[in-house]
Amino acid sequence: MSPTVFVLAQSTLGFWEKLTDPFVGAGFLVNFLVLGSLYSLLAVGFVIVFKATQVLNFAHGAVAALGAYFTWSVVIKWEIPVRWFPEGSAFSTKNTESILQPYLLTWVVGLILAVAVAALLGLVLERLFVEPMVGEPLFSVAIITLGMDIFLRTMYNDVIGVRSKPMGDPFGFNSWKLPVGDQTMLLFWAQPFIIVVGIIVAILLVWFFRSKYGVAMRATAFDQEAAMAQGIPVSRIFALAWIIGGGLAALAGTFFAMSPPGFTGAHLFLPFIAFRALPAVVVGGLDSVPGAVVGGMIVAFIEIFLGTYFGFLSDWVGNGFGEIIPYVVMFVFLLVKPYGLFGTEEIRRV
Amino acid sequence: MKGFRSRFYTSYESESAILPTRTQKVTVAVLVVLVLLAPFGVIPGMRFLVEEPSWFRILARMFAFGVAGLGLNLLTGVAGQVSLGHSFFMGVGAYTAMVVGGEGVGFGTETGFIGYGLPIWVWLPAAALVPAILGAIIAPAAVRVRGLYLAFVTLGLVFIGQHAFRNMRRIAGDSEGGRGFQALELGGFSFTRSTDVLGQTVHGNAVLFLFFFVLFVIAVLFHKNFVRTRTGRAWQSIRDRDIAAEVMGIPETRYKTLAFAVSSAYAGVGGAMLASLAGNPGPATWDLNLAVVMIAIVLIGGAGTTAGPILGALFVVILPELVEGATGWLANLAKSGEGMGATLADFVVATGPADFGLISVIQGGSGISVFDFNNIIYGLLIILFLIFEPLGLFGIWINIRNYWKGWPFTY
Repeated sequence: MSPTVFVLAQSTLGFWEKLTDPFVGAGFLVNFLVLGSLYSLLAVGFVIVFKATQVLNFAHGAVAALGAYFTWSVVIKWEIPVRWFPEGSAFSTKNTESILQPYLLTWVVGLILAVAVAALLGLVLERLFVEPMVGEPLFSVAIITLGMDIFLRTMYNDVIGVRSKPMGDPFGFNSWKLPVGDQTMLLFWAQPFIIVVGIIVAILLVWFFRSKYGVAMRATAFDQEAAMAQGIPVSRIFALAWIIGGGLAALAGTFFAMSPPGFTGAHLFLPFIAFRALPAVVVGGLDSVPGAVVGGMIVAFIEIFLGTYFGFLSDWVGNGFGEIIPYVVMFVFLLVKPYGLFGTEEIRRV
Repeated sequence: MKGFRSRFYTSYESESAILPTRTQKVTVAVLVVLVLLAPFGVIPGMRFLVEEPSWFRILARMFAFGVAGLGLNLLTGVAGQVSLGHSFFMGVGAYTAMVVGGEGVGFGTETGFIGYGLPIWVWLPAAALVPAILGAIIAPAAVRVRGLYLAFVTLGLVFIGQHAFRNMRRIAGDSEGGRGFQALELGGFSFTRSTDVLGQTVHGNAVLFLFFFVLFVIAVLFHKNFVRTRTGRAWQSIRDRDIAAEVMGIPETRYKTLAFAVSSAYAGVGGAMLASLAGNPGPATWDLNLAVVMIAIVLIGGAGTTAGPILGALFVVILPELVEGATGWLANLAKSGEGMGATLADFVVATGPADFGLISVIQGGSGISVFDFNNIIYGLLIILFLIFEPLGLFGIWINIRNYWKGWPFTY
């Protein structure tokens, strides 16, 4: 389905040798942290929309993929903001000759623009399709988002074509060469960058939920009518949740498309990444932001752990089994804890 | 006209009959006669079917979707359990049919297909039985969770199933081509070859159409009887209020498991029918899109009703044909290049590589392909139906009927 960029190069070591090998261990750690950050970013976007509006957004992956496409359009295709600077100024040239290596600053500006467009897309979707459904059964709204997913995904497939769209690497594909054991590991600068951005987003969200709007969102999630009676503009809170969700989706989509070491770019299967992050949401609990982060980390840990150390299993369960591991983890978790680790248990009144 | 409008049910038997009113009896009888006569070309308005026999394949496809849709309707519409994993069970049914009924090419070798070559009266029930057992096995996990969490569980099934089908080469065939479906025949009579009936040649597609119609009618009867008996009442009470149902002594877990099993059996038969139409369905056939199409059939038709999935299947199968026909017509109009209609059509469709258009009827034109356009229409229709008419096509029919029932006092 999607390229398994996170799986290390196949080594010839046996299972026990691998388990104690520092080189394999270091690679495992980096891959796990990167994938964990990506899953967490996606899962948090889901959870914020669900928490505030009780809507399960199946179109999240399509928005994420479109976000990656926006980033490509802005940074690589239109070369914004480089094209606006006069020839010879500090920003008019790129990092090197290659179009895929823009300056960090120009790349970040492009990413912010793309995130803004995706946030706008989230707002439009909410106003057009979700707002009219307030008060309808939750399942109907979830199916509406499936409809949104189909048509956004089709549009995405159409604009993306058969060739994947590269995001470029603001760090010029630079890497540290770390001596681990008696070997040298390549650590792309983009890898810690993704992890750091993930952490920053998590901190920003914690701060947001303590701010005025965050408290209003929590109140809305708790009881819409009571929140309205307190003077909270519930409709605006809904819109805000979708805006944040869209922005986070675009961020996650772009990072997925540019994540080292594959640098695969936005391809036709990118919309499905969100379906792989769904298990993270379930494991953490549908309505818990910290749960989404923890869930993303757990699912990524199991996926990368099995991919790194149990690669030989593919002889029995087929190639690319890493992609379905999140779902298996989800099954097991639901059997043990039906509402996830941090989710609120549904209290059913008779 | 006396007593025409005020017809009340006077007994429980008459209310729970398969066809409670005279209007319904007449409508269904007329429809059945029309379907049975259609392959012979004796009805003036339906001659085009005989002249263009590919229509029969399209309608047979509708019956396949209808059978699977009825199954999902039992689970989602009647028992109230959301399932996004219907396409997984359809795939299981299709591959069961192929393993039981298909020829074992190179049986025992590394690259060959597993197949036992048994007749249709073995493989068709097997295509229902194996998914049903699988559904019953999965049900305990699904019964523990409710609502949106259930949607997650069943969605996971689709992805796990995709992986399994892709890796079971000896059962499902190559992920590129898939494996060929066995010939549909019973005791030497082929359902896909032309035959002579009363001195008239009936096209092979029409024979297939009639055979699928028979299967479809059996499925509808079972569906209706499930709904109107003890099982159906238990399912509906679980759907409406599960705690109340339990308090009333309905064993919730057992009935939910039964709903999963029955719905999966329907899916298996529908999947086998669909696979036999497709010829060699690749593992990618049973993906998320198919699951959403099944949901669309139930929702567009009208969840919880028997007529709903039938209407939904008709809609879902005919719509792409209509879109294709419409774009073809627009392309011809644009090529003729006369009048304002041509200008408008030229704006909508792209007929050449350099031509601008929103939809392109050729490879590599500007705008989206007809196939993609169909997908977008699907997505939008699901959204619009849910926003404006939550009861689906059936709800629209109810509105029209109620309008005319009290006419001219329609307020």
